[in-house]
Amino acid sequence: MRYSGFRVLREGLTGNKGWKAAWREPDPKPEYDIIIIGAGGHGLATAYYLSKEFGMRNIAVLEKGWLGGGNIGRNTTIIRSNYLLPGNEPFYEMSMKLWENLEQDTNYNSMVSQRSILNLIHTDGQRDAFVRRANAMFLAGADAELADEAQLRRELPFLNFDNARFPIKGGLYQRRGGTARHDAVAWGYARGADSRGVDIIQNCEVTGIDIENGRVRGVQTVRGPIRANKVAMCVAGSSGRVAAMAGMRLPIESHVLQAFVSEGLKPVLPGVITFGAGHFYVSQSDKGGLVFGGDLDGYNSYAQRGNLPVVEDVVEGGMALMPMIGRARLLRSWGGVMDMSMDGSPFIDKTETEGLYFNGGWCYGGFKATPASGFCYAHLLAKGESHPVAREMRLDRFKLGHLIDEKGMGNQPNLH
Amino acid sequence: MIINHPLLGPRDAAEFIYLGDASLIDRPDWQAEDAAAKFYEYGYLRDNPAGQHQELWYHEQGDRSWLVVTRNTLTHEITKVELARDVARTRGRDK
Repeated sequence: MRYSGFRVLREGLTGNKGWKAAWREPDPKPEYDIIIIGAGGHGLATAYYLSKEFGMRNIAVLEKGWLGGGNIGRNTTIIRSNYLLPGNEPFYEMSMKLWENLEQDTNYNSMVSQRSILNLIHTDGQRDAFVRRANAMFLAGADAELADEAQLRRELPFLNFDNARFPIKGGLYQRRGGTARHDAVAWGYARGADSRGVDIIQNCEVTGIDIENGRVRGVQTVRGPIRANKVAMCVAGSSGRVAAMAGMRLPIESHVLQAFVSEGLKPVLPGVITFGAGHFYVSQSDKGGLVFGGDLDGYNSYAQRGNLPVVEDVVEGGMALMPMIGRARLLRSWGGVMDMSMDGSPFIDKTETEGLYFNGGWCYGGFKATPASGFCYAHLLAKGESHPVAREMRLDRFKLGHLIDEKGMGNQPNLH
Repeated sequence: MIINHPLLGPRDAAEFIYLGDASLIDRPDWQAEDAAAKFYEYGYLRDNPAGQHQELWYHEQGDRSWLVVTRNTLTHEITKVELARDVARTRGRDK
């Protein structure tokens, strides 16, 4: 069924009786060409692009819980492509271009809103770094705009410009950045993949990966064994657990990251604002809630909840940046589990086991990457070689010395 | 989280800096034949278990001691806290 304004009108006039479920609930077949483990944003996007762009239909997406129930439903919905390094920036800019056409492509309202993202500048050194970053963004075809203090005082008068420790001296805008409706992204990809014949099988936990003579043969699940010659892991947050089934150790630690939302308010924030120095970023959802977050809790965790010291730290950052936030009441907070990699950058690669593929290590930047991650992973699965923009996202890059370390923090995952 | 420091008693985890898996104590022999491969594994690969995890915490806002904390990564429950010095010695690293 194609969604359109006309359809909404017709269904409205006929009692809304014609709507059908957005996807099927199929039973698993004994064999598929490709099994994708994990029906999150990236797994569903992979299945979608495999079926739409690479003509593959005999695909299963296996999900332990319900589709879109992991980090795609727990993030702070920001989309942007303001990276520095050549291993990252072209990839994220490809993602941004896919975001810009996502709703037309999937025929699903993902509420992509290019309301801009602003990184604040507090020192001359930071301005130099952001000018360099802006130039790197231009090289990849992205947009960037340097704003001075006077401009920000006009546009965002509520910011605390005269903070004694971090006075605001300007900012780096990416006007094409913004937000998207995170759940709808998963639902749109699921619907698109399902309509092309992909089986999305929920409540189907993978309990083992069958490997014979260095070659993958399928998976064991709670609903029985399923054969496939290509198995694609796509479970960021749980990568360590799933990869362990294949006997792999990864350059990844799992960490918990908290996020927060205030009660609904009238529009007060025009776009996304990031306050790196104070470990705080914030945007306002279409529903009115201020959606914000900060740093990782900092210790290995699979718990999907964090602790109070980080809540305090994040809220202090908010008060330092925009004191008016003190008038809003906190509605909810939650945690998500991140694959924190050893250089802060992700992996889309083959593994040492033939037919077994790995997508993970997204740190806390997986949401914005969803379309390009799916596209590049689909490219790798269908053609057997990396997409040009994802070529550096290798699993063995630490052995080779080709790190993609945006922050220059080294192999300390909780600092990326 | 409260970390029950062996010398100082219960302390808020916010006083500590987290380093990571306690296997970082087991630094490979830099003169071994396979030192490059071993240092790659030591530096970059992690077990990352869901459950019991031994990890290194540094009491930066306290007595500057290194601790080995045994903690459950699913529940955050801490079951054992030892001085890293003692753990290293029992593993034969007395240098």
